[in-house]
Amino acid sequence: MNYVIIGNSIAAVGGIEGIRRTDGDGNITVVGAEPHHVYSRPLISYLLEGKTDSERIKYRPDDFYKKNKCTLKKGVRAESIDTDKKTVFLDDGEALPFDKLLIATGARPFVPKISGLENHEYHTFMTLGDAYGLEKKLKSTKDAKVLILGAGLIGLKCAEAIYRYAKEITVADMADRVLPSILDTEGSAVIKKHLEYKGIRFLLSTAVELDKMKFDVLCVCTGVIPEANLAKDAGIETGRGIYIDAEAKTSKDGIYAAGDCTEGYSAVTGRRGAIAILPNAYIQGETAGINMAGGNAVYDKAMPMNAIGFFGKHILTAGLYEGEEIKSGSVSGGVFKKLFVKDGKLKGFIFIDDFKRAGLYTALIRDGIDLTGIDDATLLDDIGFKLYPKAERDKVLRNQNEGV
Amino acid sequence: MKKIYVREEWCLKCRLCEYICAFANSGCGDIVAALKDKPIMPRITVEEEGKISYAVSCRHCDDALCVKGCISGAISRVDGVVTIDKNKCVGCCTCILSCPYGAIAYGADGTATKCELCVQNAGGSPMCVKYCPNRAIVLE
Amino acid sequence: MPINYDDNTYEVIRNQDRCINCRVCERQCANLVHKYSEYYGRMTSDCISCVDCQRCVSLCPTKALKIIKNPNSYRDNANWNEAAIKSVYKQAGSGGVLLSSMGTPEAYPVYWDKILINASQVTNPSIDPLREPMETRIALGKRPQNIVRDGNGNIVNTVKNSLFLNVPIMFSAMSYGSISYNAHKSLAIAAEKLGIFYNTGEGGLHRDFYKYGKNTIVQVASGRFGVFKDFLNAGAAVEIKMGQGAKPGIGGHLPGEKIGEDVSRTRMIPQGVDAISPAPHHDIYSIEDLRQLVYSLKEATNYKKPVIVKIAAVHNVAAIASGVARSGADIIAIDGFRGGTGAAPTRIRDNVGIPIELALASVDQRLREEGIRNEISLVAGGSIRNSADIVKAIALGADAVYIATGALLALGCHLCRSCHLGKCNWGIATQNPDLVKRLNPETGSERLVNLITAWTHEIEEMMGGMGINSIEALKGNRLMLRGVGMTQKELDILGIFHAGE
Repeated sequence: MNYVIIGNSIAAVGGIEGIRRTDGDGNITVVGAEPHHVYSRPLISYLLEGKTDSERIKYRPDDFYKKNKCTLKKGVRAESIDTDKKTVFLDDGEALPFDKLLIATGARPFVPKISGLENHEYHTFMTLGDAYGLEKKLKSTKDAKVLILGAGLIGLKCAEAIYRYAKEITVADMADRVLPSILDTEGSAVIKKHLEYKGIRFLLSTAVELDKMKFDVLCVCTGVIPEANLAKDAGIETGRGIYIDAEAKTSKDGIYAAGDCTEGYSAVTGRRGAIAILPNAYIQGETAGINMAGGNAVYDKAMPMNAIGFFGKHILTAGLYEGEEIKSGSVSGGVFKKLFVKDGKLKGFIFIDDFKRAGLYTALIRDGIDLTGIDDATLLDDIGFKLYPKAERDKVLRNQNEGV
Repeated sequence: MKKIYVREEWCLKCRLCEYICAFANSGCGDIVAALKDKPIMPRITVEEEGKISYAVSCRHCDDALCVKGCISGAISRVDGVVTIDKNKCVGCCTCILSCPYGAIAYGADGTATKCELCVQNAGGSPMCVKYCPNRAIVLE
Repeated sequence: MPINYDDNTYEVIRNQDRCINCRVCERQCANLVHKYSEYYGRMTSDCISCVDCQRCVSLCPTKALKIIKNPNSYRDNANWNEAAIKSVYKQAGSGGVLLSSMGTPEAYPVYWDKILINASQVTNPSIDPLREPMETRIALGKRPQNIVRDGNGNIVNTVKNSLFLNVPIMFSAMSYGSISYNAHKSLAIAAEKLGIFYNTGEGGLHRDFYKYGKNTIVQVASGRFGVFKDFLNAGAAVEIKMGQGAKPGIGGHLPGEKIGEDVSRTRMIPQGVDAISPAPHHDIYSIEDLRQLVYSLKEATNYKKPVIVKIAAVHNVAAIASGVARSGADIIAIDGFRGGTGAAPTRIRDNVGIPIELALASVDQRLREEGIRNEISLVAGGSIRNSADIVKAIALGADAVYIATGALLALGCHLCRSCHLGKCNWGIATQNPDLVKRLNPETGSERLVNLITAWTHEIEEMMGGMGINSIEALKGNRLMLRGVGMTQKELDILGIFHAGE
C-alpha cells in the first residue's frame, strides 16, 4: 500500500499516526514544501517571544519519521494531482503514485487589497520562515515602529511575539474590536484594554492608507484562507476549502484531506465551514489516516474552540455565543466567565483568566447535556459529572477510551 | 495497563486524596511544610453534590484529546501514562480546554499540570489510591 | 437556661502548627465536633459531643489531632468518683435509664489474664507448625456415644448435622439494624472465605446475604424478628437466643429511627417503630418448652441443621446448661458478662452476670460429670480478645469461641461505646447511609480474614509449643493451664492448678 501525504503538517502527523495504528508496513511518503522538520505553527509567536526554540518547536521528536517508517521529502512542493492515474506530481519532477492520498496543505495568509501595500515590504506571520524573517528584520531595525494589520488571533499573537523587539506597536483593523472571531464585545474590550496597558496602540474601525503612515516594519496578519487550489485543480470538490465528510474523505475516491485546508461540518452549527484550529487538524488527519488504512473512524465533533493568551491573560472559548448569557466575575476587572445557554443546553462560553476545568464545559457542549433545572451558581462554579444522569456518569467515569 | 478508577459508592467526600496528591507532587518531604498555609494544587478533584461524590483525575485516555490537541506536541503517552513535557509546554491551555474530565490545571510554573500516576514523584505509584481510606480510588 | 451539668468528657487537642485546615476531620465527624472558623481562619472544635471514636485522629493527614480525657476534675473521691457523680447528674436531668454500648468497661477481673499456657521442654517435644501438619478444623454438634459398625465391621458414620469450621472461631450474633449492611456484608464475606460462620442476630437475614447461607447461623430470639421458613433454611444452623452476656435477663430494644426501609423489610416489622425483643421468650418457661422450640426449628428445617441455644453466663449457668443439653439442642453457646451489646441499660451491663471463664469451666465440668458432654458442643463468647484467650478457652473446655467485639475492632471500631447513638463514624453501628458507606466490605472482610488468619497462626504456634497438633487434643486439656494470682476457690472452679504446682 502506498500512502502519500501532501503537507508536512500537524494533520500529516495525525495521518501518519492514524495509518500506523492499523497498517504498520505500508509505504508512507510525506511531501513538505517547507524545509523543516514538522513544527507547530501556533508556536511561532512563542518562538519569537523566547518561550520555545528551534528544537522544542518540533511537534514530534527527530526520529518521528524513522520510527513511523515514513519517507519525508522536505522542501518539495506538490504541483498537481492526477486523480485517475492516482499520481502526485512534484516540483522536482518526480511523480508519486499513491493508493491513498491525504491532502494536508494547510492554509496560506490572506492578504487583502490595502491602499499602498504595493509600495511597502511586508511580513506575513504564519510559517516558521515568516517568523525567522520577521525576527531578522526586527533585529536589524533599531527602535522599530511596527504596524500590524489585523487585530485577530494572528495579529495579536504577532504583537505579543515581537513585543521585546519593537519600540512601538500599532495594530490596525477595519473591525471595531479585537478578536471578533472568538470574543464578544465585552471580551474584546477586556483584551484591548489589557494590550493597551502593555503599550500596544490600536487603530480600529480604520481602513489604513499605508503611504500616509509612519512605520519601520509592516506585518500583514489579516487572516488565512485554506490552501485548496491543488485539490480544486484536480477536480476535487471545494468551496473555500476542500470539502470533506466526517471520515475526512474528499469527493474523490481514495483521496482524503485534513486540517486548515478543509471545510468539514461543524458539530455545533451543522454547517460546513473551516475550523482552522490545531486540535481539529490533528484529529481530522488521524481520522483520515485510520480510514486510509482500512479502519473505520468518524470525526463529527469538530467545533470552534480556542485557548490563547496574551501577556499572561488567558482566553478560553468554545462553541457559539447564542442564547441566554450567564456571567460571573468582572468585565472591568478583566476576569470573567460567560456561559451561553439555549434550550437548556450549553452552547458556548468565554472564559478570561477564570478557566478551571474548562474542558468540562467543552464536553457539556459537545455531549449536549441537558442542564435544565441547574442553577446559575452551580453552572458557573461547581460543575462536574454530577450534572450527568447516573448511568451516563458511570459510563464516563469508567470509560477507558474517552476521546473523539 | 492499570488505570485509576473511582468508585462513587465508596467515596466519603473526605477529600484526603486532594491533599495527599498536592503533597505527593509538592517535591517536599514533609506534609506540613508542603501544605500548611498554602493554596493546594491537587491533580485530583472531588466532585460533590448532595449524596454523590467521587474523585476525578486524569483517565489517561487511550484516545486522549489533550494529546491530540496539544499545540506544542508536549503531551504524549509514555508507557500508558499521559505525560506533559514541561520543557515543551508553552502554557497555552488548549489541553485544559479539551480535557473532558477537567483533569488538567494551569500550574504555578505557567505550564499545564495533571496526574501522572505519581510515576515521576517520590510516591512511585498513585498516592491517592494508596491513601484513600475507603478504596474509592483504585488502580486496576 | 438550666445549669449545664454535662461537661465534655473528652477534649480535642489540635496542634495548630501541624493542622493544614484540610477539613478532613470536619467532614468525617458525624458528631459535628470540628468546624472551620472563617473568623479565626483555622479549625475549631466543639468537644461537648466528642465520643472519642478516633475517626478524625485516624484520618488526619498531618497527625495534628489527639483526643484526651477532659482533665477538668471533680474533687477527688474514691467512693463518689466522677463517673458515679456524672451518672446522677445525667439521670437527674433526663429521668431515664442510663444506656451504654459494647462490653462493660468496669475493672472486673479478667481471668484470661490470670491463666498461663504450658509449653514442652525436653520431653514430649514441641511441634513446629511451619513444618508439621496442625489440625485446626473442628466440628460442632452432637457426637456419637459409641462406635457403630456394620456387618462387615466397617464403622458407620452416625454423626449428624455437624457444623464444620476451619478454625474454632465464629462471629457472634449482631443483628442487621444494630450493625450496618456493610458490617454484615464484611462478616459474611469473611466467614465464607475463612470457612467459618457469622450470625444474623435477631434481625432476620437481608435478601442480599442469602448467598452466604452456608456460612450463616440464623438466630431466633424472643422478638422472632425476620423469622420465617426461608430464613430458617437459609443458614447452616439455627440459634435460639435465650440471653446475652451483656444484658442477661432483659430483652432488646432497637429504636425506631434505626428501622428504615431495608431493616424493616428484613425484620418484617413496620418502619420507624421501635422493635422490642421481650426479656423472656413468652413460650419458654421450662427446659421442656425450650425442647419444643428446638424441635419446632428442627422440624422446620427438616432435621438438617444443628440447633444452637445461646444463654448468658449467670450464677447457675451450669445447671441451665445441663438442661439445655437435654433439650435436644446440638450446641450451647455461653455468653460471658463482659460481652458486647449494641445497647444495654448501663446498670445491667455493668452488674449482672458472671465472667465467661468461670461459666465455661463450670459448665464443661458439670456436663462431664453428668456424662452428657458429648451430647452437645460448647461455644464460649463474651470478651475473647486474642488467640491466647482462645487457646485458654478451648483448654477450659470450649469447642469453639464466638467473637464480636474483636471482629468489630477489625472493622475499625474504636470502642467509643456510643453504638446506641446511631452515629457510628466508622460505618459499623449505624443505619445512616452516609456513614454506612464508610465501611467498604472489601476492606472490612479483608481485615477480618487477616485477623482470623493471624490468630490461627498463633493458635498453631501455641499448640505446637505444647506438643499438641490438633484443637481436638487441646479441648478440655486443663493441665495445659496454670493460674497466677488467684484464690484456691477460683482455681478450683476453673479446674486448673496454680503456677508452680
